[in-house]
Amino acid sequence: MEGSMKHAQIVIVGAGPAGLSAGIEAAKAGASCVILDENAKPGGQLFKQIHKFFGSWEHKAGVRGYTIGSRLLRETEELGVETLLDAPVYGLFPDEKGIIVSYMKNGREEAVLGKKLILATGSTENALAFPGGTLPGVMGAGCAQTMVNVHRVLPGKRAVMVGSGNVGLIVAYQLMQAGTDVAVIVEAAPLVGGYGVHASKIRRAGTPILVGHTITAVQGKTTVEAVSIAELDADFQPRAGTEKTFEADTVCVAVGLSPLTELAWMAGCDFTYIPSLGGHVPIHNENMETTVAGLYAAGDITGSEEASTAMEEGRLAGIAAAESLGLINKDEAKKMKVAVWASMNALRTGPFGQKRTEAKAQLLESARRPQ
Amino acid sequence: MIRGIQFTGIASQEELSASPGVPTEERFEKGPVAVIECVQEIPCNPCEHSCSSGAIFVGEPITRLPVLDAAKCIGCGECLASCPGLAIFWVHKNYTDSTSLVEFPYEYLPLPKEGSIVPCGGRDGAFISEGRVVKIKKTRQSDGTTLVRVEVPKDYFMDIRTIVRKGARDV
Repeated sequence: MEGSMKHAQIVIVGAGPAGLSAGIEAAKAGASCVILDENAKPGGQLFKQIHKFFGSWEHKAGVRGYTIGSRLLRETEELGVETLLDAPVYGLFPDEKGIIVSYMKNGREEAVLGKKLILATGSTENALAFPGGTLPGVMGAGCAQTMVNVHRVLPGKRAVMVGSGNVGLIVAYQLMQAGTDVAVIVEAAPLVGGYGVHASKIRRAGTPILVGHTITAVQGKTTVEAVSIAELDADFQPRAGTEKTFEADTVCVAVGLSPLTELAWMAGCDFTYIPSLGGHVPIHNENMETTVAGLYAAGDITGSEEASTAMEEGRLAGIAAAESLGLINKDEAKKMKVAVWASMNALRTGPFGQKRTEAKAQLLESARRPQ
Repeated sequence: MIRGIQFTGIASQEELSASPGVPTEERFEKGPVAVIECVQEIPCNPCEHSCSSGAIFVGEPITRLPVLDAAKCIGCGECLASCPGLAIFWVHKNYTDSTSLVEFPYEYLPLPKEGSIVPCGGRDGAFISEGRVVKIKKTRQSDGTTLVRVEVPKDYFMDIRTIVRKGARDV
C-alpha cells in the first residue's frame, strides 16, 4: 500500500472556511498540503452564504460569504494546495511516519499519509421532534438555504421558522429574498437568539418573531399543510389556550448545531462536554492541537461558531502545524499566532461572544489539566 | 409585550435615543445625515472603514457601538451598503417644507421604478404612508445591496424605514 500511497506534510479534512484557511497558512509556510472533502464542491457552507459577513474590515467583513469562498479557493489554487473532492474520509490509522487518512474516491479506497492532520469537519444541524415532524416539507434551515441559494429551488410558498439564532434569522431573510413567504419565526427562549440587526430586517419585511413560543404540531396528509405554535410557560411547557395555527407548506428547523467529531473520536482524541459549544468537543490547546500529538482541530468541530472565527482557528492550526514541521521558526510563528489570537478574541467580545469566550476558555483549560 | 430589540427584533425608542449612531434633532435640521440604528454590541466595523469623512468610529474592541460624529458627516450615504446588518439609513429631514427624504437598503426583487408611488412602512413592516421613489442606487461598490430613496411626509422621517412588502401581521 505504501508504494502507491499519496504523501503530504499536512492533510486537512474539510474544505470549508477553517480547512481552506489552514491550508493557505500551511502552504504559505511551504508545506505540501492535501485537503479532502466529501462534497462535490469546496467551500463548505460559504457558497450558500449570500449575505454580507459581520466581523472586522481587515478580515473580509462586509463581503458576501460566497465571495469569501471564491477568494479562499483562489488562494489555495495559487499556493498549490491539492483539494480532493467527492472524497469522504472514513478511517484514520496512526503510522510511525504520521497518520494514514483513508478515503473513498470514485468508488475506490484511497489513502494519503500525512505527517500532520488537521480536522476541519464542521458541524451538523440539530433535529427537533414534534408531531408531524416527519412530513415532507419539514427540513433543517440549512437544507432550505442550500435549496434556494445553491440549487435555486424554492422549498415552498410559505414557511414557519423554528429558532431565532443567526441561522434561523438569516435563512428566513434569504427565503423571503428568494420568494418564499415566512409566516412567523418562533423562539422557545425568552429572547431573540441572533443579532438584532438580522431580526430587524425580518421585522421590516412584516414577519413577526415570537419569543417564548414553540412549534407544537404540523398538520397535513402527505405534506405540510398547517403549523401549530403555542406560548411557553416558565418551565418551557405549552400554555393552555395559546395555540395558534398558520397555513404553511414548509417548516424550517434552526435549533443549533452539533460538531462533527466522528474522526476525532476515532483518532482517540480526549473530549470534553460543553453544551454552549454544541456538546462533545475535542480538547485542544492554544495551537489547536488535540490530545493526539500532530492532530489539530479547527472550526465548528471545536464548537459551533461563525465562519469568521472558523477561518481564524484554521489559520492558527495551519501555522502551528507548519511550525511543528520546522517550516516556520518559533519566534516568527509566535508573532503570527499572537496576531490571530488577538483578532479571534476581538471577534468573541461583547454580549454575543461572552458565552463562547467562556466556553472556549474552559476548553483550553481542560487541555492544561492532566488527562 | 416587552419592548426592545432582543424581545421583538425592533429597536425601541429608548434604544435608538441611547445609540451613539443616531444624530440629534439639531443635526437633522442641518441637512442630510446618516442614521446608524445599531444598538447591540456585535463584532462588526465595516461602516467605520466605509466613511471617507472619518465620521464613524468603532475602534477597539470591535464590538463597540459605532459612534457617528454628526458634525463630520456630510450625508454622502456611502456607509449604507457597507453595513451587513442593513442598519444604516440616510435622512434628509428638510427636503421641502412638508417632506423628507429617507434612504434605506433594500435587497428584494422586483425593485420599484424611480418616480413611482410606493407604500412605505416602519420598523415593524406596517404601512405608515405612501412615498415617492426618488432614486434607486445600485453600484458595484454596494455589491448587490440596492439603496432606495423615498420622499415621504416630514412627520415620518424617523419612522419610515422600508417599502411595505406585505404589511405587518397581527399574531
